[in-house]
Amino acid sequence: MKSLSASKAVTALMLVGLVLLPLYSSLSGNIFILTLFTRIIILALAAASLNLIMGFGGMMSFGHAAYLGIGGYAVGMLAQEGVGSGFVQFPVALAASAIYALVIGALSLRTRGVYFIMITLAFAQMAYYVASGLARYGGDDGLTIYKRSDFSGLIDLSNRTQFYYLCLACLFGVIFLIWRIVNSRFGLVVQGLRSNEQRMQAIGFPAKRYQLVCFVISGTMCGLAGALLANNTDFVSPAVMYWTRSGDLMVMVILGGMGTLFGPVMGAVVFLLLEEFLSQITEYWALIMGPLLLLIVLFGRGGIMGVLGRAGRG
Amino acid sequence: MAEPLLRVEKLVRRFGGIVATDNVSLDVASGELHAIIGPNGAGKTTLISQLTGHLEPHSGSVSLAGRDITYLPAYRRCALGLARSFQITSLLLDFTAADNVALAAQAHAGTSFRFFANARKERGLRDAAHAALDRVGLGHRADVVVSRLSHGERRELELAVALASKPKLLLLDEPMAGLGVTESQRMVKLLQELRKEVSIVLVEHDMPAVFALADRISVLVYGRVIASGDPAAIRANEDVKRAYLGDQHVVTHHG
Repeated sequence: MKSLSASKAVTALMLVGLVLLPLYSSLSGNIFILTLFTRIIILALAAASLNLIMGFGGMMSFGHAAYLGIGGYAVGMLAQEGVGSGFVQFPVALAASAIYALVIGALSLRTRGVYFIMITLAFAQMAYYVASGLARYGGDDGLTIYKRSDFSGLIDLSNRTQFYYLCLACLFGVIFLIWRIVNSRFGLVVQGLRSNEQRMQAIGFPAKRYQLVCFVISGTMCGLAGALLANNTDFVSPAVMYWTRSGDLMVMVILGGMGTLFGPVMGAVVFLLLEEFLSQITEYWALIMGPLLLLIVLFGRGGIMGVLGRAGRG
Repeated sequence: MAEPLLRVEKLVRRFGGIVATDNVSLDVASGELHAIIGPNGAGKTTLISQLTGHLEPHSGSVSLAGRDITYLPAYRRCALGLARSFQITSLLLDFTAADNVALAAQAHAGTSFRFFANARKERGLRDAAHAALDRVGLGHRADVVVSRLSHGERRELELAVALASKPKLLLLDEPMAGLGVTESQRMVKLLQELRKEVSIVLVEHDMPAVFALADRISVLVYGRVIASGDPAAIRANEDVKRAYLGDQHVVTHHG
């Protein structure tokens, strides 16, 4: 038990790599890799938040990208209206995401299975069209953010390295929270509901309110990713909420390993690096990416974490 | 007579044209083990489902310790002291035996909206879980994942889960189903112990077990209670004999 399993070793390696990346970037003068990995970390944060409801809670939300948009638009719209302080923008981004999750969750959790997937998708598409209709905030074309969130000298988001570490700290913070949550009373109830809802009701747990709270926590975490993403791209548009982006997040979670703490991070790293690498080779990169993911999902049960876990044991 | 623990009054449940529960009334006194028997298709499962809250009756009422619970959802009934086991084992397969029981204890020990402290390190819950597991003879299997337990062990675990919620009334839906001879005997012994502590409604096909355990037996045929009384009275009852030996097949041993 004490020996370092393969999945733990790879995870540790990846985390050390992420922490040291800015060092490598500045030594080698490769700025691009820092920008790329900032994006990867932000989407890893979004994937980790999705994993909380999908992997641990068994709620297959197909509309998680909506929170990326809500968090992003909170930052963008406030910036547009002259509110540049991050101390306002970020709390608003989180609160807006939480409220959206509360409403959507309360409605969606009346359904199960495929219907839940479809209804969360439908709501996210609605959010997408609402954003497209916001003429004052760029509508279809999106909204340019001329100044990143201002944390009054505490941290400078325009500084690449500082911004990178802010994102990394947020990711680690969220994973720490998820770790505590899944082992808490609340987390065990949510996982119990994933496993056998009938049994949980019979021993006295009302399913919906636990699932709803979990849904809101997850959405709020993803709203944070949205606020960071908007700062990263200095831009927010309806496209971040499009259903294919929700699909990407799901793929990251499944690829890395559902219901594992670091699986979504692993999934995001592999998915986005593959996308980057393949799109440099050919314009038709999706043709290679698709079958590749299919193979991993078909033959690597439990995603990358699952494969590594078996390798560690075998 | 004091208020019965469970009172079922004129319960009716139809499925289309079929009356699956036809004006069923029965009382379960505190401390009693009340068995419900009847041939296949007599409506035992339908009746139990209405007691547990999985099915709503069309008319009639169910009350627990004087409180009307006819339309309460399952989780609220559980909070009031009604625990059940399932005919087909229904457990958290990817959790350990101890986790399964500890969750049942947790449901009755304060709020579960605690997000930070590790629930598996809560002494109170773990102790309660181990006590319940020891009670059914599964103490040594506490840390085994349920999917690796045998069928017999899962049946015992069902009981431990039900016990962990410290119920006033235990509804056991065919606890012997699918058990071998020795396992059945162990279960009977276990139930003989448990009945000293908690009132039990037992739905069971295993007639020797029922007659060995029950204080009172109600016989259900075509959704109706045709007889209710102590084992000797039921054994002697002509209607019961006819129901079991007449136009229907004998259902003495099932599984």
